[in-house]
Amino acid sequence: MSNADIQRRNFLKTTLGAAAVAIAPGMLLFEAAQAKSDGADSKVRWGMLIDTALCKEGCNDCVNACSRENGWKNNNLPTDPQWMRKINIKDISSGREISLPMMCQHCAHPPCVDVCPTAASFKRADGIVLVDKHRCIGCRYCMMACPYKARSFVHEPLHDQNPDVPRGKGTVESCTLCVHRIDQGQQPACTEACTNQAILFGNLNDPESAIAKKILSVASVQVRADLQLNPGIRYQGL
Amino acid sequence: MPSLSSLHFKNRLFYVLLAAGGLVALAGLYAVHMMESHGHIISGMNNQIVWGIPHVFAIFLIVAASGVLNVASIGSVFGKAIYKARAPLASLLSIAMLAGGLTVLMLDLGRPDRIIVAATNYNLTSVFAWNVVLYSGMFSLVVLYLWTMMEQRMNPWNKPAGLAVFAWRFILTTGTGLIFAFLTARQAYGSAVLPPMFIVLSFAWGLAVFHVVQANIYAWNEKQLDPAIMNRKKNLLGVFVIGSLYMVAVYHLTNLYFSHRVGFEHFILRDGGIYTNLFWWGYVLLGNLVPLALIYLPGLGKGKCVMLASLLVIFGAFALLYVFIIGGQAYPLDIFPGYEVHSSFGDGQIASYTPSIYEFLLGFGGLAIAFIITTVSVRVLNFMPQDKAYIAD
Repeated sequence: MSNADIQRRNFLKTTLGAAAVAIAPGMLLFEAAQAKSDGADSKVRWGMLIDTALCKEGCNDCVNACSRENGWKNNNLPTDPQWMRKINIKDISSGREISLPMMCQHCAHPPCVDVCPTAASFKRADGIVLVDKHRCIGCRYCMMACPYKARSFVHEPLHDQNPDVPRGKGTVESCTLCVHRIDQGQQPACTEACTNQAILFGNLNDPESAIAKKILSVASVQVRADLQLNPGIRYQGL
Repeated sequence: MPSLSSLHFKNRLFYVLLAAGGLVALAGLYAVHMMESHGHIISGMNNQIVWGIPHVFAIFLIVAASGVLNVASIGSVFGKAIYKARAPLASLLSIAMLAGGLTVLMLDLGRPDRIIVAATNYNLTSVFAWNVVLYSGMFSLVVLYLWTMMEQRMNPWNKPAGLAVFAWRFILTTGTGLIFAFLTARQAYGSAVLPPMFIVLSFAWGLAVFHVVQANIYAWNEKQLDPAIMNRKKNLLGVFVIGSLYMVAVYHLTNLYFSHRVGFEHFILRDGGIYTNLFWWGYVLLGNLVPLALIYLPGLGKGKCVMLASLLVIFGAFALLYVFIIGGQAYPLDIFPGYEVHSSFGDGQIASYTPSIYEFLLGFGGLAIAFIITTVSVRVLNFMPQDKAYIAD
């Protein structure tokens, strides 16, 4: 074998080795990215059971936790976003008063998803209703369609956003059920913050879950059940 | 034959009108720029009143754009000669108003820069998405229809094109009504009466706009409209006004029959302040009863009366849309029927709305676009109705 041949072989070997070293991390990253995009599990239906008897009037712990976690601020202007709010209601005939948190009810048949022209409003396989902030054109039709007034429009430029919760001026937003926390195995911020244990979060489809067991044993209702949207949020004592 | 000096004067007037329209359109663009950079915070809209003055202007323009084609349809589909002579002008007005209305609607979006997303991501269940197809289809069909009228070789296709436009505009206005009819949770909307109501409203509003434009074109060309033709068309306007008043009455009366909507109806018809006043004084009296008197009272019904009646019908249209769109949102959603409700988010409260100057600039910008398209087209192409000696048909 001539010297030139050996040199050529060595050159090819080195080149191939260098190429492998260069490509390998990229391939590993590709694998990792693939592994991450498994998506939500359609066997799961996330939901909440809110016990109005335990929810105290004047207590805003859940709302404040939501605001901190998701980076929205309410200064009591009608243009301010409110992903979550406390509502005080009084039965007109009996005078009975109840206080409860209200937010996106994560309907099984969400009207916001039906009316959205660009499919920016969508429902994840696990029942969480979200807005794709890159697709939303800001037409606000979903806000007109939502029976719970759960959505807000971002009226002003935003600063210092939470990287886990992207938001955008000119788009519509609402409670995400803290999807970024759920995907890491955590509970929504409001559930964790409620010192009265009024909010029970879990998988409605799992018969062994605490929420499914409780829904079996106590009377609970969905708000505006007459609309047959099958919300994932249920209220006890309403 | 107009004199040379009058031609010079008209020539200059044309450019003055064009410049005025351009300035208003520019002011609209300025409003868009401001809303783009500051956000909708500078508009009067908020999380309770999510659609405001721009939507009143846009929906008026879109509904009237459909209705004005009635003039063309009566000509092409039902073969009435005096209407056929006016079909090109009606088609032009339709295109102009559709362009103006859609511009307002698009530029009011929170992210107008993403409008292409509406074409690339299409949600089949959304009536808004259907309307994207309906509006663009309408543009194409009306342009085609105009071509069959203005190009002699295409004349044989005029009737089928006219039929297609006739069918399409019914579907289009149905689509506009459905935007509201599909909102089941809101007391003001969610009614199957709305699509036919919008269709009948479109007849009256479109014809009123047509009358105003036609009167100006005749005056510009120093011609007189045959009184017999004027008589027929004012009677048609009268019938449409009665029809639209009837549909609005049916909408409110059916609402009054449902106990869960009585509160909303009392708000609009009795306790709603600006909304109640605009409804009774603005829409019912000035927008319907006075025009009907101007059309039908003995001794009235001549050129100026019809012009005034048409202007009042247009004013009434804006009053009704303000009440319908903004009043409908101002009344709170009934999330907990049977309960008194309070919250930091305006639950249970009548929402307040003060439109800002930017919203009006945007709305008038849309009108200006329709005005510019009409003015330029009427000057460069022949849209002047050419009547033969009038014979009743």
